[in-house]
Amino acid sequence: MIAREPVLEASGLRVWYGTEGDPVRAVDGVSLALRAGETLGLVGESGCGKSTLGRAIIGLLPDSAATAGSVRLRGRELLELEPSDLLSLRGPELGLIFQEPMTRLDPLVTIEDHFLEALREHEPELDSEEMRRRALEALGGMGIPPTRFRQYPHEFSGGMRQRIMIALALVLNPKVVVADEPTTALDVIVEAQILGILADLRRNFDAALLLITHNLGIVAEACDRVAVMYAGKIAEEGPARQVFSEPAHPYTRELLRSTISLSTTGLHYIPGAPPDLIDPPPACRFHPRCPDAMRVCAERDPVEVRTGEQRVLCWLHGPEDRIPPGGHAPLERREIALAEEA
Amino acid sequence: MVVAAAERAMRSGTEPLLEVRDLRTTYSLRGSFIDRLLGREAGSVKAVDGVSFDLRRGEVLGIVGESGSGKTTLGRALLGLVRPSDGSIRLDGREIAGLGERRMRPLRRRLQIVFQDPHASLNPAMTIGALVADPLRFHGLVSDAGELRDRAAAAVERVGLVPADQFLDKYPTDLSGGQKQRAVLARAIILNPEILIADEPVSMLDMSVRAKILELMLALKHEFDLTYIYITHDLATAKFFCDRIAIMYLGRIVEIGPAAEIYSNPRHPYTVSLLRAIPEPDPARAVPRDLPRGEVPDAVAPPLGCSFHPRCPRAFEVCGWESRDLRSQLEARWTRLDEREFQAERALVGDLAALDEPATECVLPAAGGRRGEEVKGVLDSLRAEAPDDPFWRGVASVAAEPHGARVRFHECIDPREVEAGPARLRCHLYDDEALARARSTDRGPGRG
Repeated sequence: MIAREPVLEASGLRVWYGTEGDPVRAVDGVSLALRAGETLGLVGESGCGKSTLGRAIIGLLPDSAATAGSVRLRGRELLELEPSDLLSLRGPELGLIFQEPMTRLDPLVTIEDHFLEALREHEPELDSEEMRRRALEALGGMGIPPTRFRQYPHEFSGGMRQRIMIALALVLNPKVVVADEPTTALDVIVEAQILGILADLRRNFDAALLLITHNLGIVAEACDRVAVMYAGKIAEEGPARQVFSEPAHPYTRELLRSTISLSTTGLHYIPGAPPDLIDPPPACRFHPRCPDAMRVCAERDPVEVRTGEQRVLCWLHGPEDRIPPGGHAPLERREIALAEEA
Repeated sequence: MVVAAAERAMRSGTEPLLEVRDLRTTYSLRGSFIDRLLGREAGSVKAVDGVSFDLRRGEVLGIVGESGSGKTTLGRALLGLVRPSDGSIRLDGREIAGLGERRMRPLRRRLQIVFQDPHASLNPAMTIGALVADPLRFHGLVSDAGELRDRAAAAVERVGLVPADQFLDKYPTDLSGGQKQRAVLARAIILNPEILIADEPVSMLDMSVRAKILELMLALKHEFDLTYIYITHDLATAKFFCDRIAIMYLGRIVEIGPAAEIYSNPRHPYTVSLLRAIPEPDPARAVPRDLPRGEVPDAVAPPLGCSFHPRCPRAFEVCGWESRDLRSQLEARWTRLDEREFQAERALVGDLAALDEPATECVLPAAGGRRGEEVKGVLDSLRAEAPDDPFWRGVASVAAEPHGARVRFHECIDPREVEAGPARLRCHLYDDEALARARSTDRGPGRG
């Protein structure tokens, strides 16, 4: 794929909840770039800050959240925008797809009117014939029969509603779409249908897609790149094929090993649980659970290392000159109790 | 406990522990206010629609299905939490279907259930110690406070919540999801049951924890000589966990057999589709695109014949083709057409609601002022688009009438259970009689 200018770029992004004294650092210094026509998968265990990161990117954080750093959409700083300006970007610039479509669809409004309303709001220059044509095209593209446009959301099945929501997110041709667990509530065959649709978006739309999921199978299916998140930080990021075949971070490797799929031959798990984000472990946050931990991992914050298109936050990859003498020695630690888990 | 387990192993013969025969459960629908005012029947849902299987002592039987398959209702019916409307459940040869609560209660010591959501299963106002020991108290087995605590401590340690003292006085909210599910398992094993029904026990847990809980369940099974029914939508964990698998679709077991056979040689087209749809964590392997269309149909008005036929890539003449399938075909075609073509065709055809009543013979009405010939023309273009679609194998004839096009479908057969290798399934592809019936329609009118 040709490397293009990022549409959306987060750098040094921090998000924390709660008081100054005891903040929950849900996102703690994340840098990420989304490019047009590219799908980036964001994975990690629950409580790693994936959803918070997704919400920060589209400006949907609750009032109790504080932010620092920067999120730029085509050069425009989103963190400094007034709420009303941000609202006007949502739709034409930033699209959203949630797990439960009924949170987005109004039960008292027909499917067709959902589309006409969105178009009237954001593209008032269109005449009504053109609006109808755009709505038809978006719905038809998702396999919703034209005979059913005048029906209400509750008259559709779960998979149809999710397609309607995807169509609604795409009808305004947004530059960036964030999909948070879009198939988790669906049955496996319908999930595969929706994943096919999401995979096709890369070819048919120019939007950059951030796909948040806990399912590595979904990332393998629908994403070009993958970012693995642990305790508020990006542990590793790179092309999906590369990260899956040669995971650089021990966390990525262990996460892949503990996924139970049809080709699984042995049960494997990561001991312990993701840390409390109020008081996370010092230095590398994964070191208490890491089978490869060295002495340096408990003492110094890891430094981001790039190898080709992959970047990783792990001392195993150096830089060597930053590791103090004796830092390579295996870390001696207490045993993690069996029941300390998520 | 160990002695009891040994005893149990001694008397395990060839007799199944649980025999389920033609089990049915029916939920009545409430209907709308007007329906009730007029005393109209709102209909009913057959959540479990004629299910039969044996559960052998010591095995793990997986009951796998998507939402709406009836798998959860089946699990609850086995425990007497849902009253079956028909059929039989025999535990060690003794009929337990339809027993009243008073007579069912002592049996619950032998049959325990673990639900999907550990949080909802634990009373937030009770400590873990009290929750885990509660079954002992409830069944009147132990009343001494000290003994209750000792027994709870032993069970809690057994499921890995070590040291027990750290957990017994905690409340459910103090525990993580995986720890809660361990507490639920401790409560389930404290009565030393014979059968444990686990309904999606790991699907709300993180990937990194699932393996741990499954491993614990396997260890408990060996230690206490348990027999499991593992209810899930996830064929990947079931593959790991189960000796035999039953695949459910819309209230019925469509295929049941040894796990190794189901995964290496799936026979029912639905099983085949389910296995192909699971995304593997390997970017080099993509999920195929030719998966079944549509979704699990509404159980209130299931398809005629085989419930899977509208989505089945291998369905043929006798599988249950009917008027509602014609409507889906037309709507799918109109989705593909551009707007002008769609409007032109739509103007020829009358109200599609004429197809909503399931029937093997129907008239697709012409719009006002239009002729039946024109409607038949629409059907001809539909057929020309995909002449090999299984739907057309079900169509016996299409004829123009003055006010519409009459479509006759082949008579359908309800799939019966047939044996195929070590599996038992409901699919006409494996039923010689159904295949013969389909061949005989070849010579009938309207083909080709």
